[in-house]
Amino acid sequence: MSPEIIRLLIEALGQTLYMVAAAGLIGTALGLPLGVFLATSGRGELFQAVTLNRALGLVVNATRSTPFIILVVAIIPFTRLVAGTSIGTTAAIVPLTVAATPFIARIIEAAIREVDPGLIEASRAMGATPLQIVRKVLLPETLPAIVLGLTLTAVSLIGYSAMVGAVGGGGLGDLGIRFGYQRFMPEVMAAVVIVLIALVQAVQSLGDRIARRVNKRLRSA
Amino acid sequence: MNAVTPFADALPLAGNAPPPPPRSGAAIRFEALSKRFAAKAGAAEVTALDAVTLDVAPGSITGIIGRSGAGKSTLLRTINGLDRPTDGRVLVDGIDVGLLDPAGLRALRREIGMIFQHFALLSSRTVFGNIALPLELAGTPRAEIARRVDELIDLVGLADKRGRYPAELSGGQKQRVGIARALATRPRVLLSDEATSALDPETTQSILALLKHINALTGVTVVLITHEMYVIKEICDSVAVIEAGRIIETGDVYDVFARPRSETTRSFVASVTGAALPEAFAARLTPQPKGALQTVLRIVFTGDNATAPVISRLSRSLDVDITVIAGQVDAIGGRPFGNLTVAVPARQDVVQAVVALVNSYGLQAEVLGHVA
Repeated sequence: MSPEIIRLLIEALGQTLYMVAAAGLIGTALGLPLGVFLATSGRGELFQAVTLNRALGLVVNATRSTPFIILVVAIIPFTRLVAGTSIGTTAAIVPLTVAATPFIARIIEAAIREVDPGLIEASRAMGATPLQIVRKVLLPETLPAIVLGLTLTAVSLIGYSAMVGAVGGGGLGDLGIRFGYQRFMPEVMAAVVIVLIALVQAVQSLGDRIARRVNKRLRSA
Repeated sequence: MNAVTPFADALPLAGNAPPPPPRSGAAIRFEALSKRFAAKAGAAEVTALDAVTLDVAPGSITGIIGRSGAGKSTLLRTINGLDRPTDGRVLVDGIDVGLLDPAGLRALRREIGMIFQHFALLSSRTVFGNIALPLELAGTPRAEIARRVDELIDLVGLADKRGRYPAELSGGQKQRVGIARALATRPRVLLSDEATSALDPETTQSILALLKHINALTGVTVVLITHEMYVIKEICDSVAVIEAGRIIETGDVYDVFARPRSETTRSFVASVTGAALPEAFAARLTPQPKGALQTVLRIVFTGDNATAPVISRLSRSLDVDITVIAGQVDAIGGRPFGNLTVAVPARQDVVQAVVALVNSYGLQAEVLGHVA
């Protein structure tokens, strides 16, 4: 492989990491409260708001059922509004975030719904406010599941990021398509695949390790 | 250690609430309290509580016993407002729980500790962290939390488990954490929701002893619900029996054990006093004296004559053969209490004489049935 290709590979890796990290962070910042709200606003729950819960649920489902490549082009006007441009790596963060947010929200929601209702009741009996219950009970208790869910999100985002080449987003997937496929350079394709596999492995083992560390459930006496 | 705070005056009431009623002598008073759960698809409306009226004396340990579905859990939960009554009201130190706004309810809940059958500990927090939680929620300064939690850890005997997580503790240890947590804010009332039902007999015993110790030490009013008469016998001062949402019997524990009035209470009492008959024997009992060879009587030994030599006197003075079927001598609230089931010849004059002689000691005898 020529030094030029290696330079391109490193550059693409940097773009992928940048897009995934940014979309993951912003997606978490938006998806976490959304997920908490979805899990706690049903009938008889802490922040009962049944209509809003249903409406947000519909939006989340709609976003999640749109294929990512279609989402990327469908929201171009929105992307331009937010990022000032619809082309490039930074602009690609917008559709990635739009895809990641409902994904994270559903993961957080599922995790919180697993919390023993007895724990919420005990907190209420202690005089906790609904916000205190979220902060002091629900989030700490679901931390291991949240860490694993965010790891899953990061891995999905790495996959999605391969498609943002369609709007000039760059990244590893884009390199693989343009050089490996369109220019018939199988060694580039192989290199891209190997780097992606290594990246996903690294993300997953890091996530697993953190989740294990924060999980206090499975310790033996 | 439990400084009495005038919390009745400190509690904010809902804006349009009438002035608080005069304080009653009871720590907790249920007044014609009813709770109905609305009908759901496929299920009719459920009446969980039906006009319950009951007083809980301050500083007492009061037990509410009933079978599952009797409404005891709902009754307990109305005390701290986890369930709202449909009709009637609950007064805690004279405060009508139903009139409190959310902030007032939270303030009240800090005055009422609660422990649970399945402990309800946070798996993500250590023993220390779990006990500290209610203090954190109340905004207690960190240094004071540390001091108070360590005091409680010592009180419940978990000094060596301070930094352990619930997953590393036994059931009994978890419930000790639950008790310490419930006491953290120095409550005036401690609610126990089947706190020993998930524990083995030995652990149950130690947890009950701890509750009793804490009651004596701090004067906290304890209200516990259970389906086990053993729990009532061990630590309660007074008891209320609940069935189908109604209180069917209340009173001093000793009195209820000595003179259970309803069938349900009788069977609860029988479950721990040895008054229960062996099953094979009970099956042979008939209410019909005709053609029977023996009449079965239960003699209840209570009060000063609980230890009177009744059987030998019966045998000698009436010259009858007495067969002992079942029996047990126990102490309830430190007072002797015995239960003896005997069979005597099925002759009316004999039975009457036995009953009369037993009564002459101030004890009670009751005909259970006859066997052929």
